Amino acid sequence: MPKMDLLTSLYVFMLAAFIGFEFIRRITPLLHTPLMSLTNALDAIAVVGAILIAGEHKNTFTTVLGVIAIIAATSNVVGGFLITDRMLRMFKASNTKKS
Amino acid sequence: MTNMPGAANFIEFTYLIATALFILSLKWMSSPVTARRGVRAGEVGMVLAIAGTLLSHDIVDYKWVAIALVLGSIIGVPLGMVHMTAVPQRTALSHAFGALCVTLVGTAEFYLRAPAVPRFMMAVLSLEVILGALTFTGSLMAAGKLQEVLPQRPITYKGQNFVNLSLLAVAVGVAVELVLHPEKVNLFPLIIGIPLVFGVLMIVPIGGADMPTVISLLNSYAGLSAAAMGFVLDSKLLIIAGALDGASGFILSVNMSKAMNRSFSNVLFGAFGQEQVATAGQTEARPVHSATAEEAAAILAAANKVVIVPGYGMAVAQAQHKVRELYDALTKRGIDVKFGIHPVAGRMPGHMNVLLAEADIPYDKLLDMDVINGEFPQTDVALVIGANDVTNPAARNEAGSPIYGMPILDVDKARTVMVIKRGMSPGFAGIDNPLYYLDRTLMLFGDAKAFVGDIIRELSGTHH
Repeated sequence: MPKMDLLTSLYVFMLAAFIGFEFIRRITPLLHTPLMSLTNALDAIAVVGAILIAGEHKNTFTTVLGVIAIIAATSNVVGGFLITDRMLRMFKASNTKKS
Repeated sequence: MTNMPGAANFIEFTYLIATALFILSLKWMSSPVTARRGVRAGEVGMVLAIAGTLLSHDIVDYKWVAIALVLGSIIGVPLGMVHMTAVPQRTALSHAFGALCVTLVGTAEFYLRAPAVPRFMMAVLSLEVILGALTFTGSLMAAGKLQEVLPQRPITYKGQNFVNLSLLAVAVGVAVELVLHPEKVNLFPLIIGIPLVFGVLMIVPIGGADMPTVISLLNSYAGLSAAAMGFVLDSKLLIIAGALDGASGFILSVNMSKAMNRSFSNVLFGAFGQEQVATAGQTEARPVHSATAEEAAAILAAANKVVIVPGYGMAVAQAQHKVRELYDALTKRGIDVKFGIHPVAGRMPGHMNVLLAEADIPYDKLLDMDVINGEFPQTDVALVIGANDVTNPAARNEAGSPIYGMPILDVDKARTVMVIKRGMSPGFAGIDNPLYYLDRTLMLFGDAKAFVGDIIRELSGTHH
């Protein structure tokens, strides 16, 4: 069991939240849909927790939960990055547009 | 994490790099010029972190991990290839999957550690599974409503808020009991089961027009539950990714609420669409001016500056490609054409921009409400396609209106307003729109796609 360093974790959470607020406030409303699909894909980093649960193979119950969790998160990783890139490819400026 | 400090350090190092890449990914997302680089950074970070994790010596059995990774990828590809009009329901579905992952891992962690779960860990674990479970069913419900497999109209009943809040209170009460007495293992299913029910009931009273706010809120919950999972697993990478996602969802929900002039609690507990439906029928006998495609084309051809205001109705009619043709036809005549986008147009934040970008309209012509509103007084024609409530001047003038105070696109300040609409039925909020009865307003009755097509034909006809 990993040692809980609560205070460090809280500092990390707080700093990340501040960075998140500052960066995301600057993102143009133009890109809010791809932003949401991107953060969704990044959020699927939870897959690392699921991989450990499934891979440790402590008992059948937790392994099954881990396997389902990996499937759910991986589909978000693959689908999330894929659709974000598809959307961003569509955004073209006037001067690059062929008529 | 492992007996071999070298390997453990290496894994932590991959997480550190992944964290940096995730933050850069969001930074680069700020402009359409660098945004694709942001996606690359996120992808590299993700692959690094997953590869690092797979090196962990705690993993004794790779078979199921590998099968699950492959299966997840196979499911992910079609979810990444959906049509752009289906992006809101895809997003809701992916919130559900993310929340499912977090809930399942939290459950596994609990049963691996129970009954000796330290208090703080039990508290975070409770937060993780409660948020995860309610986000899971809530997002599934939202996806169902957006896909129209579930009724879109809000469903309300007396005492609804009381029932919902009581349920949530019970779940929190059970969680507190578990924190104090983690040996009461049998209570644990309750803090999953009750939030699962709460998630469904929470979305039942939500209507389609509230979806942008609700999706953002669910996004925020999904992020926070992942951050809670990071506390439980003592993973800084997960805490940071969760915090970034939570912050993003939170900011978007605040933006959406502001754009509808409503508080969070009002969106979640308000059930907007109900009472106004009764008042909608009264004013329908008032006279309106209607025009044909030929007349509309003549007015557009004589304009110097046109602002097109698209709404969700344009997406429903699949008219965006016809609108692009109209944009091309007008631009070719030297007319300045821009698009005015309301923050809540569509079914999720930024939805309308994606649909118009897909139709090849340059993104520098897609202007946010705050920018375009200054331009309406100099605009010759404001062409409203499939938008209603976001153009309703009652939000500015009528203190008694349910949408009073909501920021709107000031299309009524343009010299001429044209509204393409199927009939005189009210918009989603069920409120009559005084815009339609103004002398300067011309109603163009018909299907958006067909009518825009007719205007284009008239424009090319009058040209030669």
